[in-house]
Parts: sequence; C-alpha cells; structure tokens
Amino acid sequence: MESVSEVEAAADKLAGEAGLDEDARFHVAMAVREAAVNAVLHGNEYDPTKQMTATFENTGASLVFTISDQGKGLDPATLPDPLAPENLMRGTGRGIFLIRSFMDEVHFRQLHPGTELTLVKHLAPAAEKA
Amino acid sequence: MALTIASREVDGVTVLDLSGRITLGEGSVQLRDAIRELIGKGQKNILLNLGDVNYIDSSGLGELVSAFTTAKNQAAEVKLLNLTKKVHDLLQLTKLYTVFDIKDDEASAIASFK
Repeated sequence: MESVSEVEAAADKLAGEAGLDEDARFHVAMAVREAAVNAVLHGNEYDPTKQMTATFENTGASLVFTISDQGKGLDPATLPDPLAPENLMRGTGRGIFLIRSFMDEVHFRQLHPGTELTLVKHLAPAAEKA
Repeated sequence: MALTIASREVDGVTVLDLSGRITLGEGSVQLRDAIRELIGKGQKNILLNLGDVNYIDSSGLGELVSAFTTAKNQAAEVKLLNLTKKVHDLLQLTKLYTVFDIKDDEASAIASFK
C-alpha cells in the first residue's frame, strides 16, 4: 500500500500547486487514492508481479490523472449503486462512487490486460480564482 | 498518520477515542479488531469518538458500516460522536448519515444508550 500513499501524496501536491482550495484538494487526493487502491486491490489483486501505473498532468485547464492496473478488467456498468437501499449497508463498493463524486470527468478504458482510469479536475480560469 | 485508538469507560459505555486516518492499511483493520474485541467481551454500548479523525476512505466507511452491523447482530450498539466536517460530508454524500446514530455531545451520547 506504500505505492498508494505515494500516489495520493503526489496528487495532493499537484492539486496544491494548481491552486485548488482545501476542499477541492482533499477531494482530488482522495479520488486519486481510491483509484490507486482499486488498481492494487481489485485490479492487480495484490499480485506483486503486476504493476500499477500512475501519471499526472496539469494541462493548465485541468488536472489529469491516469491510473492503470494489469488485472482482469473492470466494467463500470456492472458496479452496483452504493446509494441504493439494498446496498447501503454493504462494507464495500463506494470507491468508484467517491471518485465520480469528486472529479469532473472519469473515463474507463479497458487494457489487455487491465483497466485504465482517467480522472479529470477542471481548473478555474485565473480570472475566476481572484 | 496511522490510527490510534484509546479506550475508556463512561457509565457503562465504552468510548473509543480515535485519532488519525481510517483507511485501507492504515486503520480499518485496527478499528475492526477493536470493535470485535469489545463485542466478544460482551460490551453492548460502544461510542466511537471521531473528533480527531479527519480522513476516512471508502474502506474506512465500509469498516464503520461493518462495525454497525456486527454490533447490531450481537444486540450491541455502535454510535458516532464528534464528526469532523470532512467525515460528516462523506457520510452525507454516501447516505450513511441516515444509518448511524450520530451525536455531537458526549454527555448526551452516553445518556442515549440508557
């Protein structure tokens, strides 16, 4: 899980450098952490021979985080709704929901093997930040 | 910061003062073990003081839910005390705010178990 903490810390740093306020920075770091946990836990299933890859970019308009694993693949359409009454008391299944709640865009891409998640947080134009 | 758990007894209620993060690998297992140990000893009234917990991830949320259901299945009760804004917002977002009995004052929280 050390890699997850490193990815989280790097995301937090990038969000801070981009000028996001405390709440937005928290949300971005948490979303990236959840994506990294998914990659290591559900994607690679803790297999030390499989890699989790994370790339970060500040495009000026957005922060773009790409996290990929080498697992069996994930079909987001099959994920249960964690807010549905029948799922509310489940101990798992909230990670992707939190990612979607905290980021402006979330894209899934199937790799062979694995899954790539791209998380995007739009940055306010400089004039709006003032 | 990893999770630290301090336990104290107040009028028949076990108060667990939690401090740090409840996340996968950094506290969720500690919390699970602490709850199970208390319930295993027959403790029925458990109050989780989250005043110094400023970070819970999806795994930590799952652990709180598990604590709640484990307790309920053993005729015990787990309540939450002193949520930070971040944790409060997370529980609202995930609709878990409606599931837990959440208190913001320890004395009334202790009294509510009677």
